[in-house]
Amino acid sequence: MTTATKHISFNEALPALFGAQFSANGWFAGREAALQQFLALGGIPTVKVEDWKYTNVVPFFKNDIQITLPEVPEVTAAQLEAAATLIPDAHRLVLVNGVLQQHLSQLPPAAQVTVSRLSEAGTQPAVELYFNQSPKINEHHFAQLNSALFNDGLFIEVKAKAIVEQPIQVIHLYAAGQSRLFNPRHLVVVNEGASVQIVESAAGLGLTDTVVINSVTESIVAERAQLSQYQLQTGGNQLRFINQNLVEQKGKSLYNNYTFTLTDSDFVRNNLNISLDEERTETHMYGFYIAAGTQVIDNHTSVDHRMPHCESNELYRGVLLDKATGVFNGKIYVHEDAQKTNAFQQNNNLVISPEATLFTKPQLEIFADDVKCSHGCTIGQVSEDALFYLRARGIGEAEARNLLVKAFAFDITAKVTIPAVRKHVEQIASQYLNA
Amino acid sequence: MLDIKNLHAAVEGNAILKGINLTVKPGEVHAIMGPNGSGKSSLASVLAGRESYEVTDGSVDFLGKDLLDMSPEVRAREGLFLAFQYPVEIPGVSNINFLKTAVNEIRAYHGEPPMQAKAFLDMLKSKQKLMEFDANLMNRSLNEGFSGGEKKRNDIFQMAMLEPKLAIMDETDSGLDIDALRIVSAGVNKLRSKDNAFVIITHYQRLLEYIVPDFVHVLYNGRIVKSGTKELALELEEKGYDWLKEDIRLEEPVQ
Repeated sequence: MTTATKHISFNEALPALFGAQFSANGWFAGREAALQQFLALGGIPTVKVEDWKYTNVVPFFKNDIQITLPEVPEVTAAQLEAAATLIPDAHRLVLVNGVLQQHLSQLPPAAQVTVSRLSEAGTQPAVELYFNQSPKINEHHFAQLNSALFNDGLFIEVKAKAIVEQPIQVIHLYAAGQSRLFNPRHLVVVNEGASVQIVESAAGLGLTDTVVINSVTESIVAERAQLSQYQLQTGGNQLRFINQNLVEQKGKSLYNNYTFTLTDSDFVRNNLNISLDEERTETHMYGFYIAAGTQVIDNHTSVDHRMPHCESNELYRGVLLDKATGVFNGKIYVHEDAQKTNAFQQNNNLVISPEATLFTKPQLEIFADDVKCSHGCTIGQVSEDALFYLRARGIGEAEARNLLVKAFAFDITAKVTIPAVRKHVEQIASQYLNA
Repeated sequence: MLDIKNLHAAVEGNAILKGINLTVKPGEVHAIMGPNGSGKSSLASVLAGRESYEVTDGSVDFLGKDLLDMSPEVRAREGLFLAFQYPVEIPGVSNINFLKTAVNEIRAYHGEPPMQAKAFLDMLKSKQKLMEFDANLMNRSLNEGFSGGEKKRNDIFQMAMLEPKLAIMDETDSGLDIDALRIVSAGVNKLRSKDNAFVIITHYQRLLEYIVPDFVHVLYNGRIVKSGTKELALELEEKGYDWLKEDIRLEEPVQ
C-alpha cells in the first residue's frame, strides 16, 4: 500500500483529496475552479517555470505531505509567550493553524476595526467585493492552490477615516504531528482615509516534521488610506514559507511593506505583488534577509504602475553566508497610461561566503515615455577599508565584521517608523546576527 | 617605545620601504617629512598592520613586543593609534556605539571589566570638551556626511578616548583649513605627555609650527635619508626636497 502510493505525485493525488474534504467547504464557491486552474498551470511549479527558475519546491511536496483540513489544538497563553515575542502596546491577533483564537487575542476597538475569522466573513460586503479578486491572482500557482484548499484565516476591515494608533500584531502559530501543508488565507481592507499598521510573524509549536505554509493575503488600500505591513519572518526550522501578498492601491493611498527574513527556516519564498490602480499613490517596499547554512530565501516583488503620478520605492538588502542561496527578482511594469511615474529599485547584497549563491534580477518594463525609473543591484563583500578602520581602533575582526553587517541591516530597520516595532525588529536582528 | 630596524615592505611585489631605521622614546614627537611617493603613508600603514602591505625584511619592536607579529586590533590594544589620512565613513554604525565597543574591547584585552554606562558618558563629555568636539556629531553614523575637517577632528577625538601610547598621524593636516588645523593641533598638544609619543607624517612644515617636534626625518625613496631637529623642517620649507634628491643620487651606486 505504502510503496504503491509513493509513485503518485502530489499533483495527481490532489483531485481525490480535494473532492473528499474541500469541494464543499465553507462559503467560497470558487474552490473547484481554483483547483482546475492550479492543475492547468501545471501544478507545483518546477524550475522550468520562469518565476521558479532558481528555487526548486518540488521536493517539498512529497506525497506524504498531509493536505487534509488541519485540526486546531488548544494553545495556552504560556505557550504563546514562549513561541513569540509580544510587542508591548499593540493590539494582538493570534491564530493557530489559521484559526483566530479569541482567548489569546486583544482585538482593536470594534468601532474602528472589524476582525473575524475569514470562514465566518462570507456575508461581509467587503468580502463579496474584494475576496479572490486581485489582478493576476489566476497566474500564481500557489495562490490557486490556496484558493482551492484554504481552511480559514483573518478578515480585517478598517472603517473609513479610522486612525488605528497602536499597531496590530498578528501571530500565526502552527502545530502538526507530521509533515503537512497549511493554506491560511487573509483579506485586509483599509477603507477611505483610514490608517493602520499590521505586524505579522509566524512560529511553530512542537513541530516534529517540516510543514509548508502556503499563505495568501489580499490587501486593499482605499482612497487616501494608509497601510503598513510588516512581515517578521523569524520562525523556527520546521517551517517553510510560501507567501503571496497581493496589494491593490486606490487614489492617493500610501502603502508600506517591510519584509524581514531572519529565520532558521530552510525555505522562504515571498511574493509581493502591488497593483497601483489609481492616480497619485505612494509605495515603499523594504526588505532585509540573512541566509545561512543551506537556506534558500527568495523574494519576488512586482509593482504595476497602471495610472499616472504614482511613486514606488523599493530597497532590499541581503546577507549571504555559508552555502545559502538568495534570490531577488523585482519587476516594475509601467503601463502606457502611467505617465509621470517615479519608480526606484535597489537591491544590495553582501555575499560573505565563497560558497553562497545569489541571483538578483531587476526587471523593468516601461511603456510610458514620461517617467523616472531607476534600478541598481550590487553584490559585494564587507568593505576592507571599513574593516581595517574598526580593527585599527582595537575592535576584533569578528566583532568588526559583525558591526558592519549590522550597519548594513540597520540601515533598513531604520526605515521602520513605529518606535516599538523598530526596537522589536532591531532586537530580533541583533539576536540573529550575534548568534 | 618603538624600535624600527631595517624595515622593508612591498605592495604587490613592488618594494616601497627599503630599510627604515627609527627609534622613538616616550615623550618624544617625531616628524616624518618627504616628497610625494616617498613611502610616508606606507610606513604608517605597515605599522598599523594594513594587510595589503607585505613586510619583506627587518623588525619592529613596540614596548618590548614584536609589532609585526600582531593583528591590527592587537596593535591598537597594545597602545598604537593611527590617525588616518582618509578616515572612513561607515553608515549605520553610530559614533558612540563604535567608541564604546572599541574602549571595551581594549579593556577586555587588558583584563578589565567593561566600562559602566555612566563612567563612559562622563569620559565622553570631558574629552569632548577637551578636544572641542561637537557633541551633535556623536550620535550620527561614524563619519557619515562629516566634512573633511570633522573627520580629522573625530579621529583626534577617538585618540583622546583610547589614550594610546604611540600615535601615528598620517597627513592629518591634509585638507584642513587653518582653524581646523589649529584645533587639531591644540588637541594633540593637550594629549602630549612624558609617557606617550607621536609620529607625525606630513608633507608640509605648516603643521609643525603648531605641533613642535623633537626630531625631523626626511623619507625619500623608502629610506630615511636625513634626520635632524625642528630646524631641518624649516630648511626643507625653504629649499624644497630637490637638493636632498641630488645628494641621494650622488650617494647611490650607478645602476
